Amino acid sequence: MPWLSILMGVSVLGALGVAFIKDDRLAKQATLVVSLVVLALTVAMAVQFSPNGDRFQFAETYDWIPAFGVHYAVAVDGVALVLILLSAVLVPIVVLASWHEAEAGKRSVRTYFALLLVLEAMMIGVFAATDVFLFYVFFEAMLIPMYFMIGSYGGAQRSYAAVKFLLYSLFGGLLMLVAVIALYTVAGKNSFLFTDLLGAIKDPTTQKWLFLGFFIAFAIKAPLWPFHTWLPDAAAQAPAGAAVLLVGVLDKVGTYGMLRFCLELFPEASKWATPVVIALAVIGIVYGAIVAIGQTDIKRLIAYTSISHFGFIAMGVFAMTTNAASGATLYMVNHGFSTGALFLIAGFLIYRRGSQFIDDYGGVQKVAPILAGTFLVAGLSSLSLPGLSPFVSEFLVLTGTFQRYAVPAVIAATGVILAAVYILWMYQRTMNGPTAEAVQGMKDLNHRERWVLIPLIALIIGLGFFPKPMLDVINPAVKETLTNVSVTDPAPAIAKEGQ
Amino acid sequence: MITAPKIEYLQLAPLLLVFGAAVLGVLVEAFTPRYLRRAIQIPVTLLSLAGAFALTIVQTLKGVPTEPSAMGAVAVDGPTLFIWGTILVLAFVCVLLVNDEEHFVAAASAVPGSAEEERAFIEGNVHTEVYPLALFAIGGMLLFPASNDLLIMFVALEVMSLPLYLLCGLARRRRLLSQEAAVKYFLLGAFSSAFFLYGTALLYGFAGSVDLAKIAAALGSVAGQNGLLYLGAALVGVGLLFKIGAAPFQAWKPDVYQGAPTPVTALMAAGTLVAAFGAVLRVFWVALGNLIWSWEPVMWAVAILTMVVGAILAITQTDIKRMLAYSSVAHAGFLLVGVIAIGDAKQNSLALGAILFYLAVYGVTTIGAFAVVTMVRDPGGEAWHLSRWAGLGKRSPKLAGLFAFFLLAFAGIPLTSGFFGKYAVFQAAVADHATPLVVVGVISSAIAAFFYVRVIVLMFFSDPAADGPTVVVPSWGTAAVVGFSALATVVLGVFPQPVLDLAKSAAGSLFVG
Repeated sequence: MPWLSILMGVSVLGALGVAFIKDDRLAKQATLVVSLVVLALTVAMAVQFSPNGDRFQFAETYDWIPAFGVHYAVAVDGVALVLILLSAVLVPIVVLASWHEAEAGKRSVRTYFALLLVLEAMMIGVFAATDVFLFYVFFEAMLIPMYFMIGSYGGAQRSYAAVKFLLYSLFGGLLMLVAVIALYTVAGKNSFLFTDLLGAIKDPTTQKWLFLGFFIAFAIKAPLWPFHTWLPDAAAQAPAGAAVLLVGVLDKVGTYGMLRFCLELFPEASKWATPVVIALAVIGIVYGAIVAIGQTDIKRLIAYTSISHFGFIAMGVFAMTTNAASGATLYMVNHGFSTGALFLIAGFLIYRRGSQFIDDYGGVQKVAPILAGTFLVAGLSSLSLPGLSPFVSEFLVLTGTFQRYAVPAVIAATGVILAAVYILWMYQRTMNGPTAEAVQGMKDLNHRERWVLIPLIALIIGLGFFPKPMLDVINPAVKETLTNVSVTDPAPAIAKEGQ
Repeated sequence: MITAPKIEYLQLAPLLLVFGAAVLGVLVEAFTPRYLRRAIQIPVTLLSLAGAFALTIVQTLKGVPTEPSAMGAVAVDGPTLFIWGTILVLAFVCVLLVNDEEHFVAAASAVPGSAEEERAFIEGNVHTEVYPLALFAIGGMLLFPASNDLLIMFVALEVMSLPLYLLCGLARRRRLLSQEAAVKYFLLGAFSSAFFLYGTALLYGFAGSVDLAKIAAALGSVAGQNGLLYLGAALVGVGLLFKIGAAPFQAWKPDVYQGAPTPVTALMAAGTLVAAFGAVLRVFWVALGNLIWSWEPVMWAVAILTMVVGAILAITQTDIKRMLAYSSVAHAGFLLVGVIAIGDAKQNSLALGAILFYLAVYGVTTIGAFAVVTMVRDPGGEAWHLSRWAGLGKRSPKLAGLFAFFLLAFAGIPLTSGFFGKYAVFQAAVADHATPLVVVGVISSAIAAFFYVRVIVLMFFSDPAADGPTVVVPSWGTAAVVGFSALATVVLGVFPQPVLDLAKSAAGSLFVG
């Protein structure tokens, strides 16, 4: 069964349908139904995935533009599968959370929801693409719906934030385009299929140039320090639901691209660049965390915490050990859930009070205990409390990195402590203390909002205690990736001492 | 005794039909009563263009000729047929856009809405000569890229340009700008023609012939005349680069695009660009191909300058038509990247196919964009100032959405035809080891994206002004144009393969040397 095409097809057709529904309420309901259908289909597909089978499963390959050697080729390995699952889980949650999003500005409600579904199709496509050109097409095209979601439905500075987001990403994407063209020309295989291009670039100098083209695009997307400045603006101005997809899924395309394309297509260049990338990642971890502490705007604060988290992911990818790379992949998923929950709860809070500034809050816990409680759980997951899912991934990344790069891992570990500062201090200032005047009479979460958070918190706790099914899917794919890079894990130090 | 020249009438039939219809149009102006003219001119124009297109198809199906026609003066080869087809489609679409009463002045001094204009209308003084003038220009456009010798090319250049100078001055609104545009275009155009002609004379001095193939042959056999050759090539190059609006010869473009009636602007932006690039390819590839080591560095500089100047100056524009003019300058720069990517036969076919595809898709999108411009009106005519477009996305989301889509195609976002055009040209350049040029190209694209995106920001993210412009209900012609352009931009953005194939097979049969 062409699962992946069906998933994208349902999303696109759903988007077209929703775009023509005149009644706003009906449009929302239709969107929710479509996104749930996509989720159900994705789960059905995931169940049939056999972790120890072929690396790429559910493969479909058709010629698309033979003149350019371009195929419509989609397939998933373990890494792509969990990221598609992440997208499919987040979209219905975002739909439900955005129920009143588009109403305030008197802007077209159905357009917002249609854009969401278009974005979902592209998110699935970008992770499923096994043709480098097709990946590039999705990589660039998915900017457009997000651009309109930020620009049309965002906060006061929305158009500035939307343009900054688009131009940064477009610039990175165009550099990647040069690398994509050069990759095709130098490889000389008349094909953009990922499997055809594996190992096609032998010359180390060429590898380095092409690596840079891809890497800068991904580093802007992820974003890695110092390419991060667009993210706080975009995430703070985007409506909460769009911010969740932006930080939770779109940015993962960057780290996913590093793992899938940079490492595997340019193994030598990746090893060459590792010291620099690890250094950038560690700087990002500490820098993001410290700057987050100083933020006065809740959404900007969460955005900066993400920059810190993306440092962890990039470090895990480039440490090139099984633990670190599996941890980084798991991190991408867990971060989507935990930061998604943080953004959404922050969105509920801001919707009630009409302000993004931390100073405008205080003592919310007394008037809205459920909101405060879920905020605490999401916050604790973001600082990687043991028992919650991000702990597992952060631990894996740190131990995996330590195997090869001890000093960076130690410095990165301070990020965990700083995370406790930024999260708990924000919680203290907004939720504890005397109840601020404007917060008096704030309503607690309603049923819809609770249903938004229940699945997220269940996943955060569930995957915290039982990450095995995810790791079982991720591990074989990661091992295969590292084999293509031809690295092996360093021998454990303890075993040596025992000899 | 003089032997009659051998003329391949069938091969030249598209040209002859268009010129014949133009002459017929002039006769109609002279001999039919005023009230009938419009009813005759429109069908004559459209039918002749459609007929010429059909004849081009027939010629293509019969097999591309292998020899130049008309005693070696006109080369009806694959690229020519592709360019003819493209120009004829674009011209047909532009003619649909012409709505003479709204766009064209009734009498030279008549201000819109004045008593003079009223009287001119009552007397039936509307400018139906627009149609034959356009046909002459289109005929020139067809001949220009098909010319196989420099003199024919010069004649074609003049036949194409003279009617356009006139048409530029006929805008009904903003009369002074329009007349200024016509004068500027005429003066600068005359200059560039003189350059071209002088260059032709020098090249004749070098090669002893104006025939492109003979010039190419002379490159290898004539020695000691390099002064004539280089100066001649440079002067001919200036004349051609002026027509495509490459920097530093781009100064006329914004003024002329702004002042001309919008349908004429569309015709120039699409048709003239296609024709002029065809001519550039003929001169630089066919006649001067073996001189590449001499002209390539200069062309690099021109291409870089054109891309950068177009992209940067567009940012500062406040007039929508001027902005599109600078955007057209930037696109000319991207196309020049393809012109430089000349090499062996395989590389030539790659690059030529890319340029032909780019020209076709860019032309279609451009006409669509200008068609939208004609529909957004203030009480005093088209809403030219960018600030007037603020909030259009709320007033008429469909039109603003279409315009945004055209702009994204200009910016080269994937899943639009513009992306594949750019991709094809850049790929050809990378294959020719011109990667630095491509890097400059993508950086200019990023800069250019900024001003396209700025218009989208204005339309969708800004609040509409209280007395904002109205969007007219389009005539069937305008609606058809916008629909056709949008459809072509989408379809070629998703399935470019058929047109790519066509361009590629056309490129395979260029008459070289």
